[in-house]
This record gives sequence, C-alpha cells and structure tokens, in this order.
Amino acid sequence: MAKYDLNDDGVVVVVGSGAGGGTLANELCQKGIQVVLLEAGKRESNESFVNDEWSSFGQISWLDSRSSSGTWRVGKDFNGLPAWICKTVGGSTTHWAGASLRFQEHEFRVKTEYGDIDGANMLDWPLTLKDLEPYYAKAEDKMGVTRTNDVPGLPGNNNFKVMYAGAKKLGYKHCHTGRMAINSKPRDGRGACLQLGFCFQGCKTGAKWSTLVTEIPKAEKTGKLDLRPESHVLKIEQDKSGKVTGVIYADADGNQHMQKARAICVAGNSIETPRLLLNSENSHSPDGLANSSGQVGKNYMRHMTGSVYAAFEKPVHMWRGTTMAGIITDESINDPKRGFVGGYEMETLSIGLPFMAAFLDPGAWGKDFTRKMDTYSHMAGMWLVGEDLPQETNAVTLHSENKDQHGMPTPNVHFDDHENDIAMRNHAYKQGSAIYDAAGAKENYLVPPYPSTHNLGTCRMSADAKDGVCNAHGQTHDISNLFISDGSQFTTGAAENPTLTIVTLAIRQADYIAKQLSEKAI
Amino acid sequence: MLDLDLTRREFLQTSGTVLMGTIATSSGILSMLAPSQTWALELTKLDKSTGHALLLATRQILPHDTLDDAVYALVVKDLDSAAASDDAVAKLLTDGVAQLNADAGGDWSGASSDKQAAVIEKMAGNDFFEKIRGTAIVSLYNNEMAWAHFGYEGDAWKHGGYLKRGFDDLNWLPDPPADASPSAYAAE
Ligand SMILES: Cc1cc2nc3c(=O)[nH]c(=O)nc-3n(C[C@H](O)[C@H](O)[C@H](O)COP(=O)(O)OP(=O)(O)OC[C@H]3O[C@@H](n4cnc5c(N)ncnc54)[C@H](O)[C@@H]3O)c2cc1C
Ligand code: SF4
Repeated sequence: MAKYDLNDDGVVVVVGSGAGGGTLANELCQKGIQVVLLEAGKRESNESFVNDEWSSFGQISWLDSRSSSGTWRVGKDFNGLPAWICKTVGGSTTHWAGASLRFQEHEFRVKTEYGDIDGANMLDWPLTLKDLEPYYAKAEDKMGVTRTNDVPGLPGNNNFKVMYAGAKKLGYKHCHTGRMAINSKPRDGRGACLQLGFCFQGCKTGAKWSTLVTEIPKAEKTGKLDLRPESHVLKIEQDKSGKVTGVIYADADGNQHMQKARAICVAGNSIETPRLLLNSENSHSPDGLANSSGQVGKNYMRHMTGSVYAAFEKPVHMWRGTTMAGIITDESINDPKRGFVGGYEMETLSIGLPFMAAFLDPGAWGKDFTRKMDTYSHMAGMWLVGEDLPQETNAVTLHSENKDQHGMPTPNVHFDDHENDIAMRNHAYKQGSAIYDAAGAKENYLVPPYPSTHNLGTCRMSADAKDGVCNAHGQTHDISNLFISDGSQFTTGAAENPTLTIVTLAIRQADYIAKQLSEKAI
Repeated sequence: MLDLDLTRREFLQTSGTVLMGTIATSSGILSMLAPSQTWALELTKLDKSTGHALLLATRQILPHDTLDDAVYALVVKDLDSAAASDDAVAKLLTDGVAQLNADAGGDWSGASSDKQAAVIEKMAGNDFFEKIRGTAIVSLYNNEMAWAHFGYEGDAWKHGGYLKRGFDDLNWLPDPPADASPSAYAAE
C-alpha cells in the first residue's frame, strides 16, 4: 500500500470509501493516479462481521449524533437516527442488500416527463440513459450483477416463493429473483452465496459485492492507494484563487492533520457530503463550498418507502437466505392514472426477530403488537421503494448548537413527505397487501419507513449552475478541482435502488478526472 | 410465582446480555438453553421488589403469554445496569415503581392482571413507561431464548448458511419456474 506525505499536493483525496468513494478510488488507482482515501470508520473484514443484528448495527453503523425535523414519521420514531447508513471501510456497501437496477430512460428527465409539480423542485438530469449505458455495463460487470453478463439469477428463497405466488395470481408479469450484486456462482475471486440471510450485516462469505471486498483490495494491489481508516474529514481548505487545496481530518486519537491535494472528491453519503461543504465555509465561500446556487444540502431525497409483512397459516422462515433477492417491477412505470407520478419497486425483504421488534410498529406496545410479533416465523415480507420528489425545503443543514466529538456542527435532516409520496405509498401498501392476500395471507402489516437507507440529491447535478451544485461529471460548478462522488449528485431519485447508478457515475467520473488531470485542466 | 432468589450462580451468556443464575422452566426449549431448572436474577442497583415490579410491568407492556419470565428478566437485568450507571435512571425506575404501587392501591405486584393493565394504560407514554418499553423492545427479542421461543434461527454461519438448511423448503405454494428462480449453484 502506498503512503503519501501530508504535504504531497499531487494526490487526489477521496473522502469516504463507500459505493461512490471506494469505486472512484479504485478506478483512479487503476489509471495510475495517486489516491489518498480518507474514511471515518474502521476496517472490518468477513471474519469480523457478526451475524447478529444489533451487534452488527453497533459495529458498522454511523452513530455520530444527528437530528431530524419535519413531518415524516422517521422524524418521530427515530429522531436521532434519520438515516441507517455506515461508518466503516466500504461504507454502506457493507450493509446493502445488493439490488442493482438501472434507471429507466424517462427517469433522467422527470421535469419534462412529469411536468412541474407544486412543492417540488423538478429538474432534468444533465445526462441521459444513453450517456450512462456503457458505464452501467461496466458497473454490472464489476459488481457481478445477476441476470447481466450471463451471470445466473439467485435461487429463490421461501420469502420469494410467497411473493411470486401472489404476484402471479394478481397478474403481475415481471417477478424474479432480482438483479443482485451477489455471486450466484463463484466469480471474481469470491465464492457463491451460501444463503446466510445476513446480507445487511456485512456478508461473511464475501459473495456480496462491497467496496470492502472488491474495489479497495484491487486498488491496494496497484500500489497507488493510501487508505486511511478512522480519518474523519472536518473541513476542506480553499485558497484565494478559489481552488481547494487540501482537507483537515481527525485521526483515531482525535489529532488533526492537513492533507494537501490536487483534487478532492467528496463521497460521504448525502448527509455528510453537504455537511462537509457547509462546514467548510470561508471568506471566499461564506455560504459553504460550491454553494453559489444555494442548493448544497437542499433537495434531500430518501425514496418513498414502506414495507408490507404478512402472516400466513403455515411457516415461511423468511430470514433464511438472501435478504432481498426477489422483485416485482410492474409498478415501476410512470402511470399518473394511479394518482401519482413516478413508480415503485416491490422487493422481498426479511429482517430478523430483533429488528422486527424495533421496526414493525415503532412505539407500539400491548397485546395487538405482541400478537403480531407472535406470527414472526409465519411472516413473509416485502419492501416498497419508489421515486420521491425533490423538494427544496427537504434539507440537510448544520445544527446551530450541537457539535460532534470533533467539535463539528452536527447535521439536521429535515423532511416532509410530498403528497405524491403519500399517494404512492398508499398505492404500494394496497398492492403489496393484495399480493399477500392472493397468496393466502391471514393478515397484512403495513410497516412505516425505516431510517433512510437511500440518501440522495443534496448536491445535485444540473446543466445550469444556478439550479444545482455540480455538472454531469460531478465536478462542482464553482470549484473545478472539487467533485461530488456519491448519491448526493442525483438530480432526482428514480424508482430504483441507487447504488448501481452511484457506481456507474463513479466509473464515469474517474475517466473525466483522469482526462482533466492529464490535460492539466485541474 | 416468581422467585428472584439466587439459587445457583451461573452465567447464561446471551447476545449482549448476561443473566445471572440459571434459566428454567416450564418450556422444554428454554431448559435446553439453560443450564438448570431454576434461575434467578442478580441485581446490582435495584432491590428485589423493584426488579420484580419491573418484570411485571414489562409483561404488561409487551405481553407474550407463553414467553417465560426468564426472558423478561433479561429486560430487568438491562434496566438494572442502566440504573447502576446512571442515578437519574435509578430514580426514574424507583419513582416509577412507587407510582405503580400507589396506582394499584398499594401493592402493584400483588394486584390482579386486569388492575395492572389499567395502571399501565394510564402511564403509557410517560418517561418511566418509555424507559421500560424502549429497553424491552431490544432486550426482550435480542437473546437466544427469545429466538427459540419465536422460532427465529438467526446465525447460520457456523452451519454453512441456510443453503442446505431449508432456505427454499416452503412447500405449501407451488415452486416458481426456473427463469424466475434458477436452481442454486451448489445444488447443481
Ligand atoms: C440496510 C441497507 C440496505 C441497502 N440495500 C441496497 C440495495 O439493495 N440496493 C441499493 O442500490 N442500495 C442499497 N442500499 C443503499 C446503499 O448502501 C447506498 O446507496 C450506497 O452505499 C451509498 O453510497 P455512498 O458512496 O453515497 O455512501 P456510503 O456507501 O454510505 O459511504 C460513505 C462513506 O463515507 C464515510 N464518511 C462520511 N463522512 C466522512 C468524513 N467526513 N470523513 C471521512 N469519511 C466519511 C462514511 O463513514 C462511509 O463509509 C442499502 C443501504 C442500507 C443501509
Ligand atoms: S445470503 Fe448470500 S449475500 Fe447474503 S450474507 Fe449470505 S452469503 Fe452473503
């Protein structure tokens, strides 16, 4: 592994080692570019991961202080935990379930397709599906996504059997075990899935793609990567010319260092990325870095989500096997006749008994709650995930008083559901319930959103610098050597789980950065 | 019905929680997990009657009729630890139990289940109630005894996953076709 000097101003600094940052770092290293990858969390491994929900939660989650506001139910149920994401080498790809779907063509131009909508800050992406297709192909190959590149689908587990039976009875046409970044057979030096059912807890077999088990080791092999775990970036420095020059970070002991850089790529996930830009305000950028549009932190999206669990006469044992290998895509189209724009996916989902208690009906107690819990082994479950609309008032801001362990203002996440989100959720609950009814459910449980696992849009890309923070390559409009490299770039959220697109954008961005470096444009 | 006296000192190690003593019980599953037929709870901060009252309060808040007291005792154990490390929590719990007694007409633990339910209903949402509920929603369901009771099998790593242990053994619905659900690699 490389070790670069703090004063080496030729390196590219990447902040965050998750889907965006981990992929970008590897892609740059493969091109011979020197990268310092700063990651706030520790480095775990397949061996150190634990198949136990709460222990794992304590091991890899981002638990630094955060607050939330707004009328969303998460704000009430999990006020101090607006998002369920990770602080560890590999970021939330250690936690993710692996569902890897391309966005649809129209989802890159929703302002055009859906029109202006009250309360929504609609905008078309500055790029098209066609622009991304070659990069999607690379990402799918890199991640070993099933049902692409001749990688077979995963075998359906019990939870999938229930979904499939109900979907067919209801007349849905597109139901299968998903496009998953999980090895259905050995590939890329990693084994096949053993159906452990702890995909959210780090995957002890390594069958699941994460930057921890793929991108980062590959980058290390190039000799170009200087990965520094437990290095929490607090501030980005900017010089008088307006260029960014380096970052200040705190190490495991809380000691602060300044790492110089030629370019800086921020991939801290959509809460930490804007927080870092806002916290880096200086006399040159009094509203925070790259914020001449005023859009840093704004347009926070989290997907319309909800879950349906259903109790059956006979046991299901839904926890056995892959957490999310099952999907129905029929509802992901845009069909405003349903009473909302945009679409949603229905994906199998299982959580263990400990998390079920926490999430089934947060705050509930008494006989009605325990009666439902008693049906746990007979439950099937699905997650509903759809496009939510960008709203300028849904925003990540710096808390005026609270500070974290490094003295940095904590982030507040404000969110109100848009009417469209609510209409979509109600539709999705109804369809999800109908699927389970068709499969013979005794009772359906409509479960409210979990803390956000998909956090998007807070430094969105835009054709026009006044509408957003970065261009179609994630390069900030204001500062040519500062890049946004994670889901914060998303102009809008689409119905699909975001990570394949985050990885796709990172691969594309690496090409762009390499070109800019070689042309001495940055 | 509930004996908090320590009959044999043994540790029962569950995930994140240690129940002093041994577990017991009516249910066969639990005795498999437990080293002997009797169990007891050792409290470090709270006294025995407070512990007992909290256990009964937890049973009212999250009532699973056939779930053994030994599992509820894990909640009390966690409340006791919280009380031991934070005086404010200790006060919240002892004051809360005093209130339970007062509302139950003097003796909460001796009151009928209906009476207890009415008293708890009145407290719903207050800090004392929320402390118990918030602790119980984790502790009650986060241990191997509870997993056995609810039929949750949890960690299969040591057994090589569920691949050969029933991940697709559901047989009361038709199997999906191979294009929707290909057969497993290892099973080929
Ligand atoms: C339970 C769960 C299931 C999911 N399932 C799916 C799925 O099936 N499909 C899908 O597409 N997506 C899924 N996701 C979402 C997916 O994990 C995220 O979309 C993706 O990981 C986001 O990538 P990112 O690069 O933006 O951030 P992350 O992967 O979260 O990485 C950000 C990293 O930056 C680090 N960091 C943040 N701030 C700093 C700082 N100041 N200094 C240094 N380091 C910092 C963090 O510690 C973290 O490691 C899931 C998420 C969760 C939590
Ligand atoms: S089910 Fe498969 S992907 Fe999920 S944790 Fe197990 S081996 Fe990994």
